[in-house]
Amino acid sequence: MSALLSVENLRVEIAARDRRLTAIDDISFTIGAGEILGVVGESGAGKSVTGTAILGLLEPPAALAGGRIAFAGRRIDTLDEESMRRLRGKEIAAVFQDPLTSLDPLMTVGEQLVETMLTHLPIKRKEAFARAEDLLRMVGLPAPRERLQAYPHALSGGMRQRVVLALAFCCNPRLIIADEPTTALDVSVQAQILDVLRRMCRENGTAVMLVTHDMGVIAEATDRVAVMYAGRLAEIGPTRALVEEASHPYTRGLMASIPSLTRRRDTLVQIPGAMPRPDAPVSGCAFHPRCPSAEARCRSERPPAFAVEASQVACWLADPARRSVSA
Amino acid sequence: MIFVLGRLGQAFLVLLAAALVSFCLFRFVGDPVNNMTGQAASLAEREAMRAALGLADPVVLQFVRFVGKAVHGDFGMSYRFGQPVAGLVLERLPATLELSVVSMLIATGLGLPLGVWTALHRGSRLAQAVLAVSLVGIALPTFLIGIVLILVFSVRLGWLPSFGRGDTIQLGPWSTGLLTGSGLRSLVLPSVTLAVFQLALILRLTRAEMLEVMRTDFIRFARARGLHRGAIQYRHGLRNTLVPVVTIVGLQFGNVFAFSIIVETVFQWPGLGLLVIQAIQFGDIPVLAAYLVLVALCFAVINIAVDLFHLAIDPRIRISGGARGAA
Repeated sequence: MSALLSVENLRVEIAARDRRLTAIDDISFTIGAGEILGVVGESGAGKSVTGTAILGLLEPPAALAGGRIAFAGRRIDTLDEESMRRLRGKEIAAVFQDPLTSLDPLMTVGEQLVETMLTHLPIKRKEAFARAEDLLRMVGLPAPRERLQAYPHALSGGMRQRVVLALAFCCNPRLIIADEPTTALDVSVQAQILDVLRRMCRENGTAVMLVTHDMGVIAEATDRVAVMYAGRLAEIGPTRALVEEASHPYTRGLMASIPSLTRRRDTLVQIPGAMPRPDAPVSGCAFHPRCPSAEARCRSERPPAFAVEASQVACWLADPARRSVSA
Repeated sequence: MIFVLGRLGQAFLVLLAAALVSFCLFRFVGDPVNNMTGQAASLAEREAMRAALGLADPVVLQFVRFVGKAVHGDFGMSYRFGQPVAGLVLERLPATLELSVVSMLIATGLGLPLGVWTALHRGSRLAQAVLAVSLVGIALPTFLIGIVLILVFSVRLGWLPSFGRGDTIQLGPWSTGLLTGSGLRSLVLPSVTLAVFQLALILRLTRAEMLEVMRTDFIRFARARGLHRGAIQYRHGLRNTLVPVVTIVGLQFGNVFAFSIIVETVFQWPGLGLLVIQAIQFGDIPVLAAYLVLVALCFAVINIAVDLFHLAIDPRIRISGGARGAA
């Protein structure tokens, strides 16, 4: 199966006063049609920047500095602004973190939906309104007909994120970049929103790049997971494999730091130290200063991605040469 | 509706306060009876006059009488002209209103588009140049602009008249200079002089607000929805910019109306400003009192107009004002 989205050797740099900082450092991954890929990592690991780069919405001082992004077999990182605009909202939609600020406060929910559809679809205003009502019903907004006339401020955070989901789905996109779609919401609402997102994707065959730092969301909603660390990809593989037996020490640390109800501990498990910042990059493997298994090689040489079963792991521990020796 | 009534109530209170201040003017600048009677008048004569003028009554009663008369447009007689003040003011009002309306039209008509343009072309040289020039407009004192314009366009080039209103046409009680060639030519220099500062202010404010709005999440989300650039900039960006800008334009109109004194003096414009300057020089209290109330009325009307505009454009106010809404 050819991938719907393929990102190869993506680099994003941020122009600072006297030098260029690397925000995304040579990452590659694919998303298949209808697949939900989770992207996890600490704040500043480059999750959101990756999503923004795919949407073509990087703004100075951040800019693409290498690699290629292909969507449905067509290279999109080199498209001109107008072609990219036609793709955005229609083929690749987005859901952002804060539903309270994602909607124009001066425009009704219905108008914003209709405006988006009229921009991308060959339909009349009346059909667009009918479809807007259907969409609001599908995302589980009560009394959708009345809500079309409502302004965003009259809706709660959860309801607004449902509207944002309706906006994302309104032109039947093939891919949705969902950047922390539940982070700003009430815990009780998070599950509902995630549920709507997952259900609508399965029904419409929409693929999702689900950016989050919530491992619970990952375990619950995704098919595969990419773990990002300091602008690099640490590990990518099937969700189950990563949750149950991760290969990368960083992923293992992440999994161990999820508080468990069954195994009670007095203190929360954490990974000591902090992630290197883009203005102070680390030689070799970016994780080596915090890694419990680091060795001399990790400090000098950057590990490539090794295949471990269905996963790709950027760690010398996963080096097949080494594994055959130890086995 | 409740909202409008509330605002009307507030406006009423403001007018009452202004009336109180004008009323006090009379009491702070000496005893009118002393001014009106000669040295030779006996104490009994003075008391008789005091009673005849109603000055022996309690202060509150006097104030009520003052307000009651003011409501009917009766501010007494001018000390200087010996004519009813209301007539004097009404005669001068059209000149000042025409001057302030035309200069605000110039200021808004140029300032708003230029502000939007400089915000959208932030980096361009021309936009930087426009901003630099606008700073000059803010910094230059109005009287200097007026004198320089007179020097260039009246004295050197002889294109435009340097003083007066030109020919006017009487439309009922309204004398207008807008319908004659010489009236329009006379209007150019004073209105431009009065507009320069306002133009620069509106330009810079619009630019700042527009930049602020274009940074918001809903603009970023609108881009992610693939909307056309024009729709993002104008339907979403400009509309949200207008809310604060209209407030300032309204208040500035009040300022222009109330403080056109300098420009009217420089150009000998036969408006209220000139009347007031002369009234101050001569201690013509009734004229000053009437002027004060008129300016307060003008601000009150403008404020209500601005509020109504907000009511029309911003749905959030409709809710907080207790009017209907989809809550």
